[in-house]
Amino acid sequence: MVTTKEIPLKEYVLKGNAACAGCQDMVALRHAHKALEGDVIQVVPACCTSVVQSLWPKSGLAVPILNTAFMASAATASGVKAALKAKGNDHTMVMVWAGDGGTFDIGLQALSGALERRTDFLYICYNNQVYSNTGTQRSSATPLHAQTTTTWFGKTEPEKMLDMIIAAHEPVYQFTANTSYPRDLFDKFKKAQEFEGPKFGHIFLPCPQAWNYPVEKGVEIGKLGVETGYWIQWERVGDEFTLGKHSKRFQDPEKRKPIDEFLKMQGRFSHLYRPKRNDKKIREIEDFIQHRWDMLIRTFT
Amino acid sequence: MKTELMSANYAASRAVVSARVEVVAAYPITPATTVPEQIALLNEQGIYKGQFIRVESEHSAMFACIGASSTGARAFTATSSNGLLLMDEGLHWAAAARLPIVLNNVNRSVSPSWNIHVTHDDSYSKRDTGWIQFYVASVDELYHTIIQSFKLAEDERVLMPVMVNSDGFVLSHTVSPYDHLEPEEVDKFLPPYTPPHWVMDPENPVSHGNIVFPEHYSEFRNMMHEGTKNALPVYTEIEKEYKKLFGKYFGGPIDCYKCDDADVVFTSQGSMGAEAKDAIDELREEGYKAGNARMRMIRPFPVDKIRELGSKVKAFASFDRGVSYGFGGPVANDIRSTMYHMKHRPMIKSYIGGLGGRDMAIPDIKAVILDTFKAVESGELGPEETWNDLKD
Amino acid sequence: MHWTCFHLVNEVNTEPTGKKDMPKTSYSKPSIGSTGKTGSWRTFDPMVNYDECNKCRTCWLHCPEAVISIGEDDFPVWDFDYCKGCGICAEVCPKKCIEMVRTSDAVGGSLPVGGSEG
Repeated sequence: MVTTKEIPLKEYVLKGNAACAGCQDMVALRHAHKALEGDVIQVVPACCTSVVQSLWPKSGLAVPILNTAFMASAATASGVKAALKAKGNDHTMVMVWAGDGGTFDIGLQALSGALERRTDFLYICYNNQVYSNTGTQRSSATPLHAQTTTTWFGKTEPEKMLDMIIAAHEPVYQFTANTSYPRDLFDKFKKAQEFEGPKFGHIFLPCPQAWNYPVEKGVEIGKLGVETGYWIQWERVGDEFTLGKHSKRFQDPEKRKPIDEFLKMQGRFSHLYRPKRNDKKIREIEDFIQHRWDMLIRTFT
Repeated sequence: MKTELMSANYAASRAVVSARVEVVAAYPITPATTVPEQIALLNEQGIYKGQFIRVESEHSAMFACIGASSTGARAFTATSSNGLLLMDEGLHWAAAARLPIVLNNVNRSVSPSWNIHVTHDDSYSKRDTGWIQFYVASVDELYHTIIQSFKLAEDERVLMPVMVNSDGFVLSHTVSPYDHLEPEEVDKFLPPYTPPHWVMDPENPVSHGNIVFPEHYSEFRNMMHEGTKNALPVYTEIEKEYKKLFGKYFGGPIDCYKCDDADVVFTSQGSMGAEAKDAIDELREEGYKAGNARMRMIRPFPVDKIRELGSKVKAFASFDRGVSYGFGGPVANDIRSTMYHMKHRPMIKSYIGGLGGRDMAIPDIKAVILDTFKAVESGELGPEETWNDLKD
Repeated sequence: MHWTCFHLVNEVNTEPTGKKDMPKTSYSKPSIGSTGKTGSWRTFDPMVNYDECNKCRTCWLHCPEAVISIGEDDFPVWDFDYCKGCGICAEVCPKKCIEMVRTSDAVGGSLPVGGSEG
């Protein structure tokens, strides 16, 4: 893994942009661009990053950014890639940077199409598990029992296992990452540059607004996501699956931290602890976590 | 230049080659389907040298064109009916981003009342997107109008996308001759596209589509409006040049036939305008001073030309192959509002018919014009609009 | 050596007054401070004890704002014109040598230890 001192100092995320204080999307963007080193065209649909793109006539990001419609990012990227090809440019990376709503929900068809066409691009879903740009409504990435402004008493369904859907399209490279491990994230973007064809990255991204935790706890909560087994770090090159170094020990449920440590930090789960711990609902979350592990290992190994 | 025999759809695919389009993204829908089919074939044969993206929906087709055009490529797509409706978000997007995309819309009825034949409801419903709209009457006109449209769209004074409408089946699947130009010939007319303002380029990063507050929003919208309106004078220049280079001229925004001394002028969009010429000839023989104004461009609306025509005639018989539900014939209503402030206001009769591909033959067109003559004689407008061929 | 991106236009673009100085569509150029001096959002300032700092750059690695740069002496330097005061640097510091201090109590008001490279 890259050492901190090996990561380039040049910044592509410009200070003084519109991101909320403590926004983990900015951490992901900083290190993604440090890895890609500027030879990139980034397509951004409606999502928080489109706000960071900022107010005309200024941009908060020092790379070319093409804002596009919510459901159209992968299609737009297909067009950008085709234009580069038509002009004989075979080096510039085309990267979509979309939220979970724009990926799991409204953008899924266009994404499926672009993957199936073997479009040479990198699609990044930064997943904060909610429509945060519109004020935290549930998406199909919102976890079971999480409170949102369209699930006031907690969501009644677990999240869609998007990674399985993506894997069925057989991208050349697929990974999950987590903003609490920026060096690992940096490495994965560097690696993505090596492959020609469709590449997909799924980034777990705590959101202080939607998850309702103290802003300074962004790194801790992301790590707890991994240490409780809730989020799994892995990558897949073709058929070759590797469980991430940070997640390896948590494959064993015995070694996982209690899920309460992750849930209790977040206001969106506070109803599970008031007036007393809701054992049944928390058990359901634990069961889903184990189910996801089982599905992942059974499918990919 | 070489004469070829082809359907309008096949000719449209040849226009894409002749205009050196760099990216096509399209999705099949009857009756536009053979446009992408032919582009795919020409692509696989190495004749069309650009990229062809076989997208999974019309929404994606338009946004792939938006991505390509934003990266400086000349982009084209073709669709029909519900496909055009699915593109709607992208139509507004392309116009507001000032991207010179060209679209061949093969006019077809909108479902339900499932029907694959011509009605202009699909493109009529897109009049307010900012797209320039042409309606053509022949295979030859479609082929050359597509080539002209790239020049028009890419002109810095315009910088707006163009929709070239051709009637489903009547044109799309009917073989007739057209004069083909090789790309090397078109080069004399159409230089490569160079985006004049912004482009996606890592060497010079800009961000497009940022938030704009009320302080500047109106100004951007006003510049779009000006861009679309500029298409009228710019198209006049383009036609002049095209005629000089290739000897082709289709009549400007309104193709007039025997209008100079006419008492009643028949207006229509699309292929019907060609048949109307024969109806006019017959009426002239019968002693009626009738003229034909084939509306080739309805956005921007050729206001000056309509006013010039309107100052000389007693009435317009304005025919729409589509409806603005609750208000009547879309182009007829545009003509009415164009003439409102004029000193001489001719009678403007609105006719709706030929929907769902119902045939509009020469006798039907004659009947419409004669009905208008009758109204002029009586001085009574009659109904707000007349559903011409409605069965009671 | 202050590392920022080199193809910046400038910090404050002039606001267009009307159509005559506006482009045809809303494209933007990369700018520091695209949302203004976001340092004003801060209620707590990071105060660094440089005697304890081991130059490990963990604060720099996790800073969501890119307001920490690495100075010539290899110490991290905060840009308080833009630091939003999220406190993540203090949380992740392995040496625990960054402390969040209420802005009004910080040394030099809004310009605590570390100064501004603005």
